[in-house]
Amino acid sequence: MPTGTTDRRTTTRPALRRARRRDARAALLFLSPWLLGFAIFTAWPVLYSGYLSLTDYDVLNDPSFVGLDNYRELFEDPKVTLALRNTFFYVAVQVPLYVLVSLALALLLNTASRRSAGFFRTVFYLPNMTPPVAVGVLLLLVFNGQNGLINELLGAIGIDGPAWTTDPDWVKPAIILTSLWSTGSSVIILFAALRNVPQELYDAARVDGANAWQRLVRITVPMISPALFFVFVVNTIAAFQTFTEAYTAFFGSGNTTYSNDAALFYAIYLFQQAFEFLNMGYASAMAWVLFVIIMVITAIQLLVSRRLVYLEGDQ
Amino acid sequence: MRRRPTVVGACTVLVLAGCAQGTNPPAPSAPSGADNPFSATTELTGTLDVMGFGAGDEIATVRMERTKEALGDVQVNLVEGDLDIQQFLSAVAAGDPPELIYANRDQIGTFASRGAIIPLTQCIEGEGIAVDDFVPAAVDQVTFAGELYGIPEFNSIQVTMANADLLADAGLEIADVNGSDRAALDEATQALHQRDGGDLSVIGYDPKLPEFLPLWAHAGGADLISADGRTAQLDDPAVVAALEWAVGLYDAQGGFPVVKAVRDSADFFGSGNQFASSTLGAMPMEQWYVNVLNDVSPDAPMAFDAVRAADGEPVAFASGSAWAIPAGSDNPAAACRWARVMTEVDSWVAAAEERKGLRTEEGKTFTGVLTGNAVADEAVRALVEPSGSEVWDSAVEAMYAANDAAFSLPANPADAEFESAWQDAVNAVLNGQAEPAEALAGAQEVAQETLDDAWAAWDADAES
Repeated sequence: MPTGTTDRRTTTRPALRRARRRDARAALLFLSPWLLGFAIFTAWPVLYSGYLSLTDYDVLNDPSFVGLDNYRELFEDPKVTLALRNTFFYVAVQVPLYVLVSLALALLLNTASRRSAGFFRTVFYLPNMTPPVAVGVLLLLVFNGQNGLINELLGAIGIDGPAWTTDPDWVKPAIILTSLWSTGSSVIILFAALRNVPQELYDAARVDGANAWQRLVRITVPMISPALFFVFVVNTIAAFQTFTEAYTAFFGSGNTTYSNDAALFYAIYLFQQAFEFLNMGYASAMAWVLFVIIMVITAIQLLVSRRLVYLEGDQ
Repeated sequence: MRRRPTVVGACTVLVLAGCAQGTNPPAPSAPSGADNPFSATTELTGTLDVMGFGAGDEIATVRMERTKEALGDVQVNLVEGDLDIQQFLSAVAAGDPPELIYANRDQIGTFASRGAIIPLTQCIEGEGIAVDDFVPAAVDQVTFAGELYGIPEFNSIQVTMANADLLADAGLEIADVNGSDRAALDEATQALHQRDGGDLSVIGYDPKLPEFLPLWAHAGGADLISADGRTAQLDDPAVVAALEWAVGLYDAQGGFPVVKAVRDSADFFGSGNQFASSTLGAMPMEQWYVNVLNDVSPDAPMAFDAVRAADGEPVAFASGSAWAIPAGSDNPAAACRWARVMTEVDSWVAAAEERKGLRTEEGKTFTGVLTGNAVADEAVRALVEPSGSEVWDSAVEAMYAANDAAFSLPANPADAEFESAWQDAVNAVLNGQAEPAEALAGAQEVAQETLDDAWAAWDADAES
């Protein structure tokens, strides 16, 4: 005896498939501008750079295949070692400091009233509007060992400030401190996360006798750990690519000939190889090495995050 | 969050790479003859895109107007601002270069060796450009593998500039700081520099490292590279001695980091500049700064002389610009005409007259223009009149004396890398990370390897 169920099954499945196909086509149609842009402007150049990293290429003449020579040369290049050392130092110091300062400012912002929080949010974000090149110039002025603002302030409390911009031991600290100028976007992200921490958790903790520090460590930090993790990962990637401020201050037009090895970050050396010396094959190899380094570090961060980051809905 | 240069840089590399068609160095131009496409009498048409040149002042605009007249119906488009090497090379690689570029002379070797610009032998003969009129140092800088690849213009040279009051207070004269007697300059530096508490408050003498190492090396009898541009000479004892001596001047004042911090704190282009504020005893500096000082602090207590070698003769390290025609230029004839008219004597004289008139209207001194064309220099110099101030007249005298004695480093196929090698070495010494001999020996190795590789590629292309 034929049943209505069987009929519905036979008639609805093809219809469902057709509907899904229609939806998929529509989705692809809407996504196609992005997909096309990604394929042309990201995927293809990235893949082609993999090929270029195996060639000797100066933009003008055809690439000539050299196998792994660029990679071999790269690992023997003392300036690559220097640049990597500088970059790792920068990442190791700048990223935790940047996150801590961002968190501190976000916590401060969170204590403000709703009306004043809006004002301070704008104030904290404003430095992010400064072009990085201007920040690089600012670095030279503010950290000038002779009459810079920082040393003037240090002098006021009896400390003889160092030659931040010329002493190799102080160049990286100056760049790191300058990078804190642009914590605004991270502050906003962390502030938004702080606003979402349920008040009843703090109330319960207070009833249990937890002090401010305990509430911060046991409630606030775990509850905003996804945002903290995001800020940490994104800033780590950005720190590996640090360029503009250091280049402007120590390699750009203000210092056409004076440079400082202490400020030679990996991205700066990559830029020099590509656009000053026209060693595009070598620069491509450098870019791939940096890509691998960032990928490995990010993977480690993701693995660690499984133990440290609290996600709602997790067991 | 805002630092994504590697992504941007790498993508630019990659995009450029993706677009690149590849070109090969052009064959050297054939000797001129009846088929020479360049001629001073040809009526020209079409368009002329000029990259890297900005009509910023009367010296540029007056010459440009004359040149446009000489080009007739040619439509001129300026891509203003300094030459963007990436933009230029990617345009050449894509087969759509500008018709003409305005480059620094120290870029010509790199461009020529990669086939990005063409030799100008036919252009010079066809348009009748008087190459012999040009300053030899400028011509040397644009001559690569025996052929001229650029038409030079402007010459930038160094002059000794000093604060006369500080000199007088220390019982010194300008001759003590012009470089002719290095021992005297050591003593002058000691006498001129001042400390306020523990801090350096007045720089005695700033030898302007790293950029002027070629000047001090040449004054000591050596150049950083051989005349044919193939052999680095960075470990030459005279180069090492020059660096040791110049670094010693910084050390006597507390070290380079301290001197640079004071240097950077100066209001360089303002009325409170280091001479007007008496915070600098003396330094060598490019001649254009004479005009800046005359403009912003005409009453500053100045003294001028050429930089001088041990024999007392002037010495100056020349740099400047040049016109060059890219490979694949759609209108090389118009490009060549432009280069010829912009750099000919009459154009320079017309521009100098205009500047003289403007400065007279402003009540300022006309201090001349160094054109890169020796005949034009003489003609312009004839326009310079005594200013009524011995000081500023001596600046003009020093400038022309230095111009007559200018030298340059020859073009080579690894200009940027060679420069980077010796500058890195000097910076390492200045930062206290290496001793002069050790740093220059390392730089010699790097520079020579780079030169060998670059010349080998050029020689192989030339043979094939």
